[in-house]
Amino acid sequence: MGSNLMTNYFEATAVICFGIGFTMLFLNKNLIKKVIGFNFMDSSIFLFLASNGYISGRISPIITNSSVSSENYINPIPAGLVLTGIVVSVSVTAFLLALTTRLYLRYHTLELDEMIRLSNAEET
Amino acid sequence: MKLPRFLAVFLNWVEGEEVFPVPEQASGPFHSERIKKADPKKKPQTPGRKKDHSKLLSALYSALSVIVCLTVILTLLTTVSWLPRFGGDHNPVENEVYTRYVERELEEAGAVNTVAGMILDYRAFDTLGESNVLFIAVCSVIILLRADRKKDGSLNIPELESTPEEKPDDIIFRCAAMILMPVGLVFGIYVVLNGHLSAGGGFSGGAIIGASMILYVRAFGSEKLDKVFTFSTYKWITFAALITYTLLKTWSFYTGANGLESGIPLGKPGAILSAGLILPLNICVGLVVACTMYAFYSLFSKGGFGNGQ
Repeated sequence: MGSNLMTNYFEATAVICFGIGFTMLFLNKNLIKKVIGFNFMDSSIFLFLASNGYISGRISPIITNSSVSSENYINPIPAGLVLTGIVVSVSVTAFLLALTTRLYLRYHTLELDEMIRLSNAEET
Repeated sequence: MKLPRFLAVFLNWVEGEEVFPVPEQASGPFHSERIKKADPKKKPQTPGRKKDHSKLLSALYSALSVIVCLTVILTLLTTVSWLPRFGGDHNPVENEVYTRYVERELEEAGAVNTVAGMILDYRAFDTLGESNVLFIAVCSVIILLRADRKKDGSLNIPELESTPEEKPDDIIFRCAAMILMPVGLVFGIYVVLNGHLSAGGGFSGGAIIGASMILYVRAFGSEKLDKVFTFSTYKWITFAALITYTLLKTWSFYTGANGLESGIPLGKPGAILSAGLILPLNICVGLVVACTMYAFYSLFSKGGFGNGQ
């Protein structure tokens, strides 16, 4: 173990949330809960990226006075990356929920095991 | 302790109860078939040994997945403990790219908000891709969820027991919506138009506009909005916004892109009409996002929007 685990508490929280979301994808049979886990992983990635852009003692990169010096502002690049990530996350969530709705209308259940059982029963 | 209904339903759902009970008398091509297939009396009895086997397998699966996830978390935590210190100003990510963006952005792109200047000037193709991702997501949701028409022209909406009642008869909710909706709309427009001067921009402002449209529809019903906002309105607004974005950025790239003369005045930094192309690009992105939010809501709630077509 390195020495920075306690000072990097934002990143540590982010990876723990990532692991929790990953576990939800594995352990829940309910499709809606899988989508929630997926969103949880997305949010933890955003937290990780945003915390990487922070520099202590500096302000957000909105240039307020005439001094244009990078000594005063935090890093704007992670903010742009997080913006991209949020848009993709919203789109993927909508797509997954639409698929889930179709599956529910087809099988009248949200449990993945039950769906697989019903579709196998239809094939035979 | 008496819980509110939605909380009770949510807790039951967490504990595995079926929230949307299957209606017994439901009809439909798939449903009757499913009832037939899923009839427990006709189902062949699985032998006890096989059942034990599958139980063991699922327990093994749970244990293995917990172990895998704990390994992932521990590996990532070890990596985090070797990362540079949080908030340090000489970390490897705070490199010359960021320095150049902050120091030269004001004279090259002209936007006071460095993030807006970055995503809509230096990395404008990235943002065009994001807008297209939203558009394609709406297209896929339309393909998946758009309700069919019956022979008499009415919408064939699948009956779910939990479909939220549109236009609830709730005077408090309506008064709150009546006050909040115009304020939200104006605030969203402000965030879009002020995106190059303060925090905000097309994405957040568009999301606020879409949220106030959803609030209006939840409170007062969608009849009036349906007359204006049809599929063809959605199509044309999104098409116009995306094509304007593409044409504006094509002009900028065609004339050299990187601080060369493009004929677009940058204006005085801090004024509302400044920063070259960033203001029109923000408006395009805001339109796409607002339409997308409302389209998602109405597709998920009633399988379509508008009464045209």
